[in-house]
Amino acid sequence: MYDVLVVGAGPAGLSAAIACREWDLSVAVIDEFPKPGGRLLGQLHQEPSGEWWNGIYETDQLLDKAETLETDIRCGVSAHHIEKTDAGYTVHTNKGLLHSKKLLIATGAAESAAPVPGWTLPGVMSIGAAQVMTNVHRVKVGQKGIVVGINVLSAAIAREMQLAGVDLDSMVLPAYNSVTADHAHPKKVMDGLMRIAHLAPSAFLRFGSKFAKAKWIRDLAVSFYPSGGVKMWGMPIHVRKAVTEIHGTDQVEAVTICKVTPEGAPIKGTEEKIAVDFVCIAGGLYPLAELAAVAGCPFQYVEELGGHVPVHNERMETPLEGLYVAGNITGIESAKVARAQGTVAGLSIVRDSMDAVDLIEHGIESAIQNVIQTRENASIQFHPGIHEGREKVAQSFTAYNSHT
Amino acid sequence: MNKQKRITEHPVLGRMQDREEVTFTFDGHTYKGFKGDTIASALLANGVRRLRVHEETGTPRGIYCNIGHCFECRTTVDGADGVRACLTPIREGMEVKSGQKEALPLDSQHHDAHKLPKTYADFAKQEAGDPHV
Repeated sequence: MYDVLVVGAGPAGLSAAIACREWDLSVAVIDEFPKPGGRLLGQLHQEPSGEWWNGIYETDQLLDKAETLETDIRCGVSAHHIEKTDAGYTVHTNKGLLHSKKLLIATGAAESAAPVPGWTLPGVMSIGAAQVMTNVHRVKVGQKGIVVGINVLSAAIAREMQLAGVDLDSMVLPAYNSVTADHAHPKKVMDGLMRIAHLAPSAFLRFGSKFAKAKWIRDLAVSFYPSGGVKMWGMPIHVRKAVTEIHGTDQVEAVTICKVTPEGAPIKGTEEKIAVDFVCIAGGLYPLAELAAVAGCPFQYVEELGGHVPVHNERMETPLEGLYVAGNITGIESAKVARAQGTVAGLSIVRDSMDAVDLIEHGIESAIQNVIQTRENASIQFHPGIHEGREKVAQSFTAYNSHT
Repeated sequence: MNKQKRITEHPVLGRMQDREEVTFTFDGHTYKGFKGDTIASALLANGVRRLRVHEETGTPRGIYCNIGHCFECRTTVDGADGVRACLTPIREGMEVKSGQKEALPLDSQHHDAHKLPKTYADFAKQEAGDPHV
């Protein structure tokens, strides 16, 4: 029986474990990936200050601290079920049952699909898959590829592939269907793109970002979008072109792209075939929250946070006693926010686990302030309206607690 | 190893560190990867993209999400089936096999089709050794 079990060894899980170990609680962290770090591992981007955010380095910093505190981190352990018991929680894993008094679920995010015909061919992968191959395993995913789906995540990872010497033809939209929906709508995609425009060395985008709040300017930009695309880091981004089909027998050989109207409807007769040997599909991220659901935690759908999130408060407590959440499971934000949230969750667990209420209260308050500060300083925002989204969940928590 | 599709030099991450070589097989062919590789990354570095075929249609499949969520990369590892190539580190001497086309349980054209259980009750009887299912 552990004091605390943490599911997910990403930035949130690791920083929570560190906070718990600093107060000498017995902690086990599990993760199904062979290396700790979660999605932080693959991250590599330049901050507006010019400094590089290197996920491998940031992970090592957390691991060094965790190891100094003799934290038990077990990789290759998959959790598939959680039971609430009288004493706390029982987590069912591929390596047997694990029991703990408190449970932190920090499972992060998964990628939504933006499927187009032919997407099951080998050589088609999610943009996150390409990120892990490129930066973690140091494997080139192909000779020449195309990115389908234009958003904050795909722009960042496309840049990472360029840095690694992987050749990308361009970034385009997925063809419209009931699943790709908003990802195939040029005007909506442009709205999202403007949130990272300040990072792009392109006069067009920087100019556009100054008017990011004026919708009519964005719509105008879509209507008069240059047919050669707008170049970001030398690579054309086409918000008025979409992939309609991926071709190949045993693996990807080519894609068909066509021009689309500002609303995303394909324009007949504009089809062209481009030879590529890999395709990265980018449908955005959603909170990976199934384990909180099987544990019995109530949920709320919050568009601004990326989907269904477990109800929780700013202390990372859920309405279930002894169950905590932190990181992208609570909403899609940067790894820095996840890391800061992990510290809050860890300290909340400490507070609820031992007779240290007065000692720790101040620490929790400043950790919460740190989350807010980190969020405000974020150079990349995945969703607009993060604050409103967070507010909705906080209200849910209050409402839930007053009813029970 | 020289023919591998590796990113050996990187302007920010630096030179790829020397790692220990690991030898394993995939569908009877011998491949080399590095310690720390998953089955998926080692095979991709060797130019192998097809990890299985769809059980029913036989169409090819490879890695999709690379972090264990989509289950598209399931292979048979040392006799255990349904193992996700993207989450499984390679080990010296490991035998990996691709997922194959399977008999369709409800296909009357299949010669064993009449023996297959159609309901859970049939299945339970068959498991209990009742030959009159």
